[in-house]
Amino acid sequence: MADRSEGRRGKPVAWHGGPVMQALIWPVAALALLVIFNVLFTPGYLSISVVEGRLSGYLIDIFRDGSSVMLLAVGMTLVIATGGVDLSVGAIMAIAAVLSASMVTPEWNEANLGGWANAMLADRTIAWIGVVIAASLVASVLAGVWNGALVSIFKIQPIIATLVLMVAGRGVAQLVSNGRIFTYDLPALEFLGKGTILGVPFSVIIVALVAFLAIGLTRLTALGLMIEAVGDNDTASRSSGVPVRAIRFMVYMVSGLCAGIAGLIESSNVSSANANQIGLYAELDAIFAVVVGGTALTGGRFFLVGSIVGALLIQTLTNTMYAQEVRPEIALIPKALVIVAVCLLQSPEFRRKAWGVVRPGVRVGGKA
Amino acid sequence: MSEPVSEQNEVLLRVSGVVKTFPGVRALDGARLTLRRGEVHALMGENGAGKSTLIKVLTGVHTPDAGTIELDGAMISPSSPRDAESLGVSTVYQEVNLVPTLSVAENLCLGRFPRRFGAIDWRNAHRRAERALFRLGLELSVTRRLDEHSIAIQQMVAIARALDSDAKLLILDEPTSSLDESEVDRLLALMDRLRSEGLAILFVTHFMDQVYRISDRITVFRNGAFVTEAPTAELPRIELIGRMVGKDPEALRVREAEVRARHRTRAESESLARVEGLGKRGRVGPVTFEIGKGETVGLAGLLGSGRTETARLMFGADQAESGSIRIDGDARRPGSPREAMRLGFAMTPDDRKAAGIIPTLSVRDNIVLALQSSKGIWRKLSGAQQRDLADRFIALLNIKVSGREQAVGTLSGGNQQKVLLARWLATEPRLVILDEPTRGIDVGAKGEIESLILDLAEKGVSVVFISAELEEVVRVSQRVVVLRDRRQVGILEGESITEHAIMSMIARDDGVEIDHG
Repeated sequence: MADRSEGRRGKPVAWHGGPVMQALIWPVAALALLVIFNVLFTPGYLSISVVEGRLSGYLIDIFRDGSSVMLLAVGMTLVIATGGVDLSVGAIMAIAAVLSASMVTPEWNEANLGGWANAMLADRTIAWIGVVIAASLVASVLAGVWNGALVSIFKIQPIIATLVLMVAGRGVAQLVSNGRIFTYDLPALEFLGKGTILGVPFSVIIVALVAFLAIGLTRLTALGLMIEAVGDNDTASRSSGVPVRAIRFMVYMVSGLCAGIAGLIESSNVSSANANQIGLYAELDAIFAVVVGGTALTGGRFFLVGSIVGALLIQTLTNTMYAQEVRPEIALIPKALVIVAVCLLQSPEFRRKAWGVVRPGVRVGGKA
Repeated sequence: MSEPVSEQNEVLLRVSGVVKTFPGVRALDGARLTLRRGEVHALMGENGAGKSTLIKVLTGVHTPDAGTIELDGAMISPSSPRDAESLGVSTVYQEVNLVPTLSVAENLCLGRFPRRFGAIDWRNAHRRAERALFRLGLELSVTRRLDEHSIAIQQMVAIARALDSDAKLLILDEPTSSLDESEVDRLLALMDRLRSEGLAILFVTHFMDQVYRISDRITVFRNGAFVTEAPTAELPRIELIGRMVGKDPEALRVREAEVRARHRTRAESESLARVEGLGKRGRVGPVTFEIGKGETVGLAGLLGSGRTETARLMFGADQAESGSIRIDGDARRPGSPREAMRLGFAMTPDDRKAAGIIPTLSVRDNIVLALQSSKGIWRKLSGAQQRDLADRFIALLNIKVSGREQAVGTLSGGNQQKVLLARWLATEPRLVILDEPTRGIDVGAKGEIESLILDLAEKGVSVVFISAELEEVVRVSQRVVVLRDRRQVGILEGESITEHAIMSMIARDDGVEIDHG
């Protein structure tokens, strides 16, 4: 809390220099507590070893298992920052997963694409995998276009607009695979979820790339400012010349893309795609991650790093339950309790009531 | 105009000494109001006069801090709108407070459906609805959805619902603001009919013409306090306006001689743009005026006269249906603020909170927003450029902040207004439209904003200036477009611009000036 000292000197200072720190402090604190808990109760929690050329250990698992939530959280952060929400990400994951699994199944290709696809799959596997990945991601972005059109052009409330695809998307996925669950044995495609580079899980590298790109795109261009402006006050943004409609459109497309990547990773993890299982309830974890990370559901200021920390927190929780061998049906309860606790800690109202104090920076007005 | 009400008409409502304070504001300060049976009583006042607060006190939304309300000889203190209704006080608000997707009959019976064997007795409900509407001289299909009818009909259904519950007093709060002329005629005819049935009607509106057509008596409020009460026939328009804005027309005439002496008339300046017949049905009629380079054009008129509407059409915040702006040899009609910005226009809206500031973002973000939008998403202003811009305007406009990163929502109104000005000045516009830039800010900040407008003019930037305070309009404008009831009623130029001239133009009854002095 570097701002405290700054506030003492001279005029009172609002939490500047620190909205990011302020957003991060509670999820980071919760994450630290959880890690401490694990260090005490899970033997060898912090140890990282190299097994068969790949890094391995509890901490690595968190990153690897959490990669799809982190990806979703990145897209979801931007959507929520505009004051919207994207409930369809789980279903979009399923569409991307099922499409990719279908396109590497000879039988499906024969029926839907023709012999050339199988010839390519057999002869130029890597190139075909490239086509498969591209096709799956294009489908995901199209799903985002659908959401974006409903929200920005037809002005349907985001929660309803994306609910359409949340429900219908799995049906679309079923339709693609004709209701079948395809499994495959293709190291090139499985590399997405299972591969490592220099011991680091490839999925984690993808997450890092996407997060890096998202942060760069929003902060090195004016995109971040405009997203925040739209989410905070869209009337004012429009009258200041912000292309409100285009911004809304864009965030849903990005969210769709992130979901598509997450879907590919999930399905390559298990070398198959079940339209009813991939990404089930993933949208909820993503929303949790964003909110825990300090971005308000009402839109406005957003914190991509916070969302990623939030995603890690949720994954750490899940993995802690596994490590403590808590039965899955009970595991949801402690998970819920921790999430509630972090949300309460973030509420200044709660903190005020709980301790009868507000940190000096929060209530500064600087009124003239 | 209707028959003057006889003084003998029995007094129905007597409000006296009502005080209502909100944190930091004294919304009502000894409000007084007397209504008689069978009269239409107009309650007039500018923004912040306390009209809405008084209505809310009468309908039990607010509890007064002091004062008494006497209805039909008994002291009342309504605790909720429902309670007020049961006491005989019914209200119809500007926004129709009904359920648009339900049928007319359902709306009329909602919450008081006739029942038969525990189930809703629909035949009875429909019959009751028809009867209630027939009383108002309306015949329409009560089974059709409410939103299939025009706003005027919806308004009347709301009145029918209000009257259904043995109302003695009907409060109409800006009932005509979304109606067109023929619909207004219909509503006024209905009010006349209800008056003759002995109902007391409190009519709150800002339409002068309607007040003089229908009301028997007028009460004027200003700054939460009672100013005057008079029979409509004995209160000339110019007097009424003078009371509303707090100026004595006679005293003004003397002072204005001095103002006129000081008034700078600009040498014939080159034209920047010409607004030609800009209008939109139901919002504002055709408006036509010239804007010179470096000239300040004032838009004057009472609240709801079409000032803000004109500004919004010019800036593309609303789309004009007719007319255009002639600029650079082309006739343009901005379809969005972005298009207006490309013409070099800028606008600070009257509703600072809802349409102006981005509250949780920093002063710096707010200042760079419009310039950044015009540059596009990809060409981001560098951190250094943003800081320079912010610091320059914070210093130039004397914005009081703890730092450029302070959230705008935490600033005072005057400083928020300055941030908005900075946002637009940063785009280096040719024309700045300022809608009520001085509303709700302290005197010091007002002066600063006024002198800023003069500076802009010096630099050749044209300004369209809107203010409820005529004094300000007179001080800064070289040309004043006067609006009334959403229509342009005249233009004043140079030396002829005086508060008195504006007031008498607003007061003029269809081309005939009532007061020539």
